[in-house]
Amino acid sequence: MSNHAIKAGAGSVPSRQSDRAQPDLPPSVLDVSGVTLQYETETSRVTATYRVSFQVYPSERVVLLGPSGCGKSTLLKSIAGFIEPVEGQILLKGRAVTQPGPERMMVFQEFDQLLPWKTVRENVKFPMLRSGRFPRNEIDSRALAAIDKVNLTKFRDAFPHTLSGGMKQRVAIARAMAMEPEVLLMDEPFASLDALTRRKMQSELLELWDETRFTMVFVTHSIEEAIIVGSRIVVLSPHPGRVRAEINCNQFDYASQGGESFLALHQRIHNLLFGDEASKAGGNHE
Amino acid sequence: MNRAAAMQLSRPEVEYALTDTDMGVAPRDISALSKIVNNTAFRRAVVLVVIALGWEATAWWMNNPLLFPSLSDTFRALIDSTLDGTLPSRVRLSFETLLISYTCGVLVAAALTIFAVSTRVGVDVLSTLTAIFNPLPSVALVPLAMLWFGVGLTSMTFVVVNSVVWVMSLSTLGGFLTVSETLRMVGQNYGLKGMRYVWHVLIPAAFPSILTGMKLGWAYSWRALVGAELVFGATNRGGGIGWFVFENRMSLETPRVFAGLLVVIIIGVVVESLIFRTIENRTVRRWGMQR
Repeated sequence: MSNHAIKAGAGSVPSRQSDRAQPDLPPSVLDVSGVTLQYETETSRVTATYRVSFQVYPSERVVLLGPSGCGKSTLLKSIAGFIEPVEGQILLKGRAVTQPGPERMMVFQEFDQLLPWKTVRENVKFPMLRSGRFPRNEIDSRALAAIDKVNLTKFRDAFPHTLSGGMKQRVAIARAMAMEPEVLLMDEPFASLDALTRRKMQSELLELWDETRFTMVFVTHSIEEAIIVGSRIVVLSPHPGRVRAEINCNQFDYASQGGESFLALHQRIHNLLFGDEASKAGGNHE
Repeated sequence: MNRAAAMQLSRPEVEYALTDTDMGVAPRDISALSKIVNNTAFRRAVVLVVIALGWEATAWWMNNPLLFPSLSDTFRALIDSTLDGTLPSRVRLSFETLLISYTCGVLVAAALTIFAVSTRVGVDVLSTLTAIFNPLPSVALVPLAMLWFGVGLTSMTFVVVNSVVWVMSLSTLGGFLTVSETLRMVGQNYGLKGMRYVWHVLIPAAFPSILTGMKLGWAYSWRALVGAELVFGATNRGGGIGWFVFENRMSLETPRVFAGLLVVIIIGVVVESLIFRTIENRTVRRWGMQR
């Protein structure tokens, strides 16, 4: 079905070393270093993430995984340029991120991220037209190609309110991918979908990756989704979010679900997230 | 797990091969009668006919054409005053004043709202202004307008603009403030800023509220205009439709008074149902932003 397991290579044995120490790595697309994020409520100042560092290399599918309250969405919004770090910095291909921009296209969880006054095709064309990154005469064909990739050609002239939740998310993915961003940011894009649709969307996303090998940062709170969708998982601890581990999982896809090594990894991540009490209850795999 | 043991029944499993898959959508037979009854225009027309018959019966029963002329007398007066040119010229004058004032009002409201959403203090300024002026009936400003601008187009425009601006600003500002955080982030994600962001994201996203504001502004301005004309009477440019009603009352031409009121109603309904309904159908309803 898909061939993303091929690229596992060095990742099949989890490395204890930091990535920086490995000599044969290409320059990183995204470099998050020592990022502390805070937000203010009416009465207090809350630290969402504390000195978080990780790198994203070309064609990686990095998943930010953690329970609610670990600041993973806040972190993604900071990478998108919506929230400024109070400490540390975020570099995109060596340039500091200071504001939102179309080279970091974001797909949101909410279905209302499509512009309701535009058809599917116009929605996909909109960022291309506004950013001026592509020649005008190519935009329409690029949009149609992107719509075709997410299997929505039949609905290209439909308005968003006539589409199902899964279709809306596909349009949002097509819209983001058509821009060919340096990195695709996905903020729990499948979390509002029913379980069957979510499963289908995950494998469609992997098939799209097989075709274009885009670089992606994907936020989720589902261990299973992280293992299937990601090539590398950044496990975050809650209150405030700190990096607990970075784990390679490129060898897993839907076919490996339920297999022994899949379950072992699932348990390992579970223990990282929930600590000793969980490992006592459910058998230690480490 | 004793659940399996607790279950006393033992039933065989089954799998079915699914055939005949094209029965999902079937055409419905709709009878001619229910088609007519389901037609809104038809039902409204029935109500209108009933009202007209009631009017005619009341006039016949009262038998006092000076106080309550029959519908047929009113229509005759309507046709007469249309043919002799008085009514059309009155309506035209009212419409000219209205179009100028309404356009000014919409532009002022747009400028105020854009100022409000682009600065933090702007929202406070506009909210306070609308809180002050919105409850004030615009006809109440007529004496002041006469004092400042005399009797003429300027006074009239001042009163009508005032009736449009506050209600429209209030509605539009509400629309801007309720644009979802997701849509805002989507717009910013594409690198849109300043006026480009307002034009391409905020205005379309707030369009249902903007349209409501324009509709309310229209209704308010039409009311304010007719009311002001009744007070101002004829200006140096001649009188409008309100003046038509007023002068015919003075000469006890009651059917013409009714004819004037009928025209006021008809114009209001036509603009509302033709112009605004058409805009709604082509925009917010088509986009699914309003039912």
